[in-house]
Amino acid sequence: MKPKHQRLLLAAIAVVALVGAGLIAASALREEASYFYTPTTLASANVPPGKAIRLGGMVQKGSIVHGADGVSITFTVQDQERSQKVAYRGITPDLFVEGSGVVADGRLGADRVFVADSLLAKHDENYVPKELADIDMNAAAHTKDTLVP
Amino acid sequence: MIAEAGLAALWLAASMALLQFMAGLTLLRAGAGQLVPLIKPAAYVQGALCTFAFFALMWLFYVTDLSVLLVANNSHIDKPLIFKLAGTWGNHEGSMLLWVTILSVSGAAIAFLEKRVEAKTLSATLAVQAFLALGFFAFLLFSSNPFERLVPAPVEGAGLNPLLQDVGLAFHPPTLYFGYVGLSIAFSFAVGALLTNQVEPAFARAMRPWVLGAWIFLTIGIAAGSYWAYYELGWGGWWFWDPVENASLMPWLAGTALLHSVSVLATRNALRAWTIILALVAFAMSMAGTFLVRSGILTSVHAFAVDPERGSFILALMLLYTGLAFVIFALRIGTVKQGEPFQLFSREGGIVANNIFLSVILAVVLIGTLYPLAAEAMGDKISVGPPYFNKATVPIAVLLMLALLLGPLLRWRRDDLMRLKYWIIGAVAILLTSCLAIGSLAPEIGIFPLLGIALSMALAVAAWLPLKGRKLLRTPLPIFGMVIAHFGIAVSVFGMAAESGFSSETLTALAPGESAKVAGWNVKLSDVNPVVGDNWVAVEGEMIAAKNGNSFSLHPQSRQFFKPPMQTSEAALLTRWNGQLYAVIAQPDQEGDGRWQVRLWWKPFVTFIWGGAALIALGGAMALLGRMFRRAKKPARNAWQAE
Repeated sequence: MKPKHQRLLLAAIAVVALVGAGLIAASALREEASYFYTPTTLASANVPPGKAIRLGGMVQKGSIVHGADGVSITFTVQDQERSQKVAYRGITPDLFVEGSGVVADGRLGADRVFVADSLLAKHDENYVPKELADIDMNAAAHTKDTLVP
Repeated sequence: MIAEAGLAALWLAASMALLQFMAGLTLLRAGAGQLVPLIKPAAYVQGALCTFAFFALMWLFYVTDLSVLLVANNSHIDKPLIFKLAGTWGNHEGSMLLWVTILSVSGAAIAFLEKRVEAKTLSATLAVQAFLALGFFAFLLFSSNPFERLVPAPVEGAGLNPLLQDVGLAFHPPTLYFGYVGLSIAFSFAVGALLTNQVEPAFARAMRPWVLGAWIFLTIGIAAGSYWAYYELGWGGWWFWDPVENASLMPWLAGTALLHSVSVLATRNALRAWTIILALVAFAMSMAGTFLVRSGILTSVHAFAVDPERGSFILALMLLYTGLAFVIFALRIGTVKQGEPFQLFSREGGIVANNIFLSVILAVVLIGTLYPLAAEAMGDKISVGPPYFNKATVPIAVLLMLALLLGPLLRWRRDDLMRLKYWIIGAVAILLTSCLAIGSLAPEIGIFPLLGIALSMALAVAAWLPLKGRKLLRTPLPIFGMVIAHFGIAVSVFGMAAESGFSSETLTALAPGESAKVAGWNVKLSDVNPVVGDNWVAVEGEMIAAKNGNSFSLHPQSRQFFKPPMQTSEAALLTRWNGQLYAVIAQPDQEGDGRWQVRLWWKPFVTFIWGGAALIALGGAMALLGRMFRRAKKPARNAWQAE
């Protein structure tokens, strides 16, 4: 093989590899990228059960119900118009309280209850989950609620 | 007074960078064969002034001078001393000052230590380094002044994010920054060599130790960050594919590829253009990482303060530097001569495979990290999480591991498949046996954990084979370094695969006196007590973990900080040779029946992940020492032919 041909071959391999990377990324993104919904947009979108999505909104006052096992909860996420029921099993984030913003990763179950794998709550006074920044949360200061008893 | 002195030092350092850059520009006209006057002293003075400014800021944090805005916003009079000092870089302005300081000191270090490249190339390299520094000085002085005063001064200060009040903060950011910014040297060398037509082995040998050094720091920084997140967040995971983690992984991937290709250029005088591209990409990734972390445009546990103006500034710098570098590359690449030819089945071919797989992983990580931003620009809110990254990167990593079983055993220039037939048969046998054994013992394990364990078994053997037939005492240190680093990969991958394939978890609520089981361990919550720390209070669980007649006590805490108000989990870890028991205690059960939420994990061989990373860094350090030692011993001129 002449040196020039070798250079071309290596360049061709590099191009093929990069195109391949693009294809891998595109196909994985189509299956695994999860879209962000609020209860209102979720109601109008036709999201199949089992597809990974994120749900954001405010935890409705009085909606948190603790399960008998001590580690499961259900609650309702609402925005200005609609609400969506959410079930979660696990340790809730520090600042997860009624009336504050939350982003839940998970999927819709067959019964249209959103099953959350993880919850992201307002972290501290400087930090708001990005998806919630544009939504009017009326989030009150609630740091007292989370003090250790 | 100290604050003003620090600020003045920064301005003076910026003017030194300008002087250094202007001095370098004269080179383009003169093209003299000697070092441009003034350029070395300017680099030294710039480095010294920056170091002074950095220590001035550290002093302000040490005495907690609350009349300085940055200190008031990020520190508190009650904070323990180590976190006061580490708080210097636990915030945006301070960490950018650290970044610029390392950049300047690197420039001074090149000027002082580098004796092997031509004077002309060294001048060009220093000019490029000064040009990089100028942009970041502008960023610091115009939009992130760390020395800004606050009038009137507050009484106590706002405090530091409690997640950051950990010894991890003292080490993790500085090591990562040494890595990030160390790659700037590769960038400057690459542009300098392009400008002066010196893309050849001498230049690669000069660049290699710097790349190695930066890469060692990056490896340690990433591993330390991973372990820190693992025990501090209390989520039981060691890698979350968080954008900020990706921001540190991407320069490491590019740096790893660069490390291998620069060796080919140094040893065999091939892969010239490719090495230059990798050097440019590696530092571009460092800047992209800084941009992602500092702009706060992504949802992340690391995103503290959101400021679009700063994000745009760094983005502009990154586009300017990368764009200019690639324009220079396009203009000058015609003058880079063809390197030495080689056959595809050779050591060079193996390294090309390494480079291609690493670049493909880099590309899919980059796409996954940036895609949410692109989608948001078009009005969609999308998040890309672990399912994407695992699906897109792990299969390519498997191919990379396969290539690693063979690559280091190949001869330079050309090799023969038949020469290696016994090892190939051996490797296939190890792979098949491991797959069958694990598959029959634990059929529920996923395909990738299975492959991961099998590949790490084969690699644990393959890594040592380059020593076969060598006289160990006369084997150069860099060869040992390579062997150890590759063995470290086997160790680390084994830990990752075992952890992801065999972890078990129990999540429950326990009243004091009750127990839970996880993976053969019986964990009893015997009591829950209040504890008071320096600037926090906590509830502490007293647990007794028992297995096979041995019992150990564990003390996980749930801490409440006041400045700022925030709760954190302090996981309790019990380390055994074959894994870790990980215990978290959370809130009391809301029903008021005296139960506490408890989360337990048994994570088999999880410590191997970081142990392997330590071996990888150790391998790098041995290679670096070997290069420096050998450089001192004999003149470098013919070193690459002798290898």
